[in-house]
Amino acid sequence: MNVLEAVGLGRRYGTTWALRECTLSVPAGHLVAVVGPNGAGKSTLLNLVVGLSRPSAGHLTVLGGHPAGSLAALDGIAFVAQDMSVYRHLTVTDMLHLTRNLNRRFDTAYARTRLDELGIHLTQKAGRLSGGQQAQLSLTLALARHPRLLVLDEPTASLDPLARHDFMGAVMTAMVDDGVSVVLSSHMLAELERVADYLVLLARGRVRLAGTVEDLLAAHRLVTVPADASSRALGWEVVERSAAGSMTHQLIRLPSVGSPLPPGWQARPVGIEELTLAYLRENAAAPIPTLAGAIR
Amino acid sequence: MVVVKQVNDGGSESESPIGFRLDPASGVPTYLQLVQQVEQALRLGYLHPGDRLPRVREVVAALAINPNTVLKAYRELEGKGLTAGRPGQGTFIDGSVAPATLPELAGLRHALLAWLEEAEANGLDAVSIAALVTSTMRDFEERRRDRSSRAGGPTARSRRKAGGAA
Repeated sequence: MNVLEAVGLGRRYGTTWALRECTLSVPAGHLVAVVGPNGAGKSTLLNLVVGLSRPSAGHLTVLGGHPAGSLAALDGIAFVAQDMSVYRHLTVTDMLHLTRNLNRRFDTAYARTRLDELGIHLTQKAGRLSGGQQAQLSLTLALARHPRLLVLDEPTASLDPLARHDFMGAVMTAMVDDGVSVVLSSHMLAELERVADYLVLLARGRVRLAGTVEDLLAAHRLVTVPADASSRALGWEVVERSAAGSMTHQLIRLPSVGSPLPPGWQARPVGIEELTLAYLRENAAAPIPTLAGAIR
Repeated sequence: MVVVKQVNDGGSESESPIGFRLDPASGVPTYLQLVQQVEQALRLGYLHPGDRLPRVREVVAALAINPNTVLKAYRELEGKGLTAGRPGQGTFIDGSVAPATLPELAGLRHALLAWLEEAEANGLDAVSIAALVTSTMRDFEERRRDRSSRAGGPTARSRRKAGGAA
């Protein structure tokens, strides 16, 4: 089953395309990190997935073919927005009550047990909880709906390192316990190596890279070659290049795994952070495409 | 590095004798760190046949890592014949890291010393030798991986999906 299936998906605000020609199929069981610079279309994509906005072009289905935003889709998806969506003046009990009444399915016993384990008291005002506890409360409210897909918009952006660790630990424990798939947007590239096993990289509203982390890492190498050598001649796509005297370092995408290297060239595998940074830099360095300049 | 929890004298059934630690600066992929820590614990005698490895959920909660990473490590250990999964109970040590026997070790050491002398005679210093060994081992690992994955062609799918629009 694919948790996400997008074909030619686009979303336009006025005359500006926030997301366009997005084609993706993401299988269940992964933690998918959606990365990209600010304004790349991350939140737009997540809002489409959870049904908060509707496509201007193309199609998007979730959880094995349900149109995004349909009742069947909404029942299976829980969303934690960036601001953690707790009402500051409500007590934790009131938040439970509210969420139970706003949803078709809500497991109050599960939520209470989980909050108890976290040491969050039901009588506390949500606004008085620490940032980490507010995040855990939001996560608990989301998980108590027993979703099959959990969507998190920059969930750890405002958390300290310890709270971030505990929060991500809780998210991934839910993957083990409930088999929930996760899609999250993040700027925390250093964290991705441990957390994400599927990557979607957006740039200027388009999908630049998508796949399992394992496949993506297998398809990229950092090569050190003589300055006058041409990697392109070998059919390699050069993602990033930095020259240093008589040699250049190039982050390349291999046309196939195990392409042989010319003698004297060196290649080493790359990490997920290094890979992502290279694609982000590529994006920052390229000229802003004009309306007609959709470079293929 | 393996942090070894105190093993109860009674050999409590529920707790695994080892816990995992990650070294974020090592550059070694996370799943491989887990594999290596089990192998190391076996070699050093912290783990024995019949011992249970930590449950996937425990590792995920403690390290905040993706459960698929832990599953991959456990699959690899099983593939190496070091562990066996028992449905509903967990993953158990089922083999041992066969250390090369002493005469073999001595022979390998002898050959390595001869090679080091040759390298020095060719003007390589310790740093260059280490760099050469590291990069050669990387090539070796890579070639081995390629050989084992060639049949399946694992990246065809990802290449198609990733597209190439820029």
